Amino acid sequence: MLTCKEFMQELNDYLDETVDIELRRKLEVHITECPNCFVILDTTRKTIQVYKGMQPQVLPQEVQARLMKAVERKMAARKPGISS
Amino acid sequence: MPAATETGIFDESALVARAREGDLAAFNELVGRYSRKIYRLAKHITQNDEDAEDVLQETFLKAFEHLSGFQGQSKFYTWIVRIAVNESLMKLRKRKSDRTVPLDEPLDTGEDTVVREIAVWDENPEQQYSREELGKILEESVDSLKPAFRTVFVLRDIEELSTEETAEALGISVPAVKSRLLRARLQLRERLTRFFKRKGEDVFAYL
Repeated sequence: MLTCKEFMQELNDYLDETVDIELRRKLEVHITECPNCFVILDTTRKTIQVYKGMQPQVLPQEVQARLMKAVERKMAARKPGISS
Repeated sequence: MPAATETGIFDESALVARAREGDLAAFNELVGRYSRKIYRLAKHITQNDEDAEDVLQETFLKAFEHLSGFQGQSKFYTWIVRIAVNESLMKLRKRKSDRTVPLDEPLDTGEDTVVREIAVWDENPEQQYSREELGKILEESVDSLKPAFRTVFVLRDIEELSTEETAEALGISVPAVKSRLLRARLQLRERLTRFFKRKGEDVFAYL
């Protein structure tokens, strides 16, 4: 039986699905017996999900315009990768 | 115009190869693909609009300049992320030169992973808030993390780089990425719990 501390050490790898089957089974046994660790696992998983669902903010038009202008200037000055 | 201006299906390595050969439209296409993500990344790290814009420009200008040195072993995106991270960290250091930015602070002793609040969340907590409110909660929570944790979290969980790519981009070890990511995730979980916990019942009622 894993301790809560051991469970926490493996939490990331479990969430990222990089633990082997044997360890995965032990972790899953732990959460059936430990409601606290279950809640931590569940809410940490939701934390990651909610951030993954976040859309990149729109690039302000003027920022985009200035970027393209800077890139154009650079391009006009020389071709890529050819150091002066 | 060459096919490089078509988005989506175009094979990226071919696009990069054309840009390297001097196809300006191909390079512009790459800028268009990644400018939003690079800007977001820069904003998360620098927490400043002006710095983020500087980083955005510097990143693509440097990428253009050093394109011939890009070997194509890593993805183009990973490569420019690395440039953007370096530029962002420089900005951060410059801005906070009077304070220490602990980007290379020692590994954790486990103290920071202590969990203080354990509460069940609502089924779909994000639905309690408008898109705008939710965005604000998420941004502010990430921004409240220390730079060392924030940077790792942004690269791994927002920009979705692998652990190895994140380590490479930040010039730190894989164990350091893992340790910081765990702390970042747990700290965010803790912060979001304040907003997302199920209301109207004893949080320990399920025990």
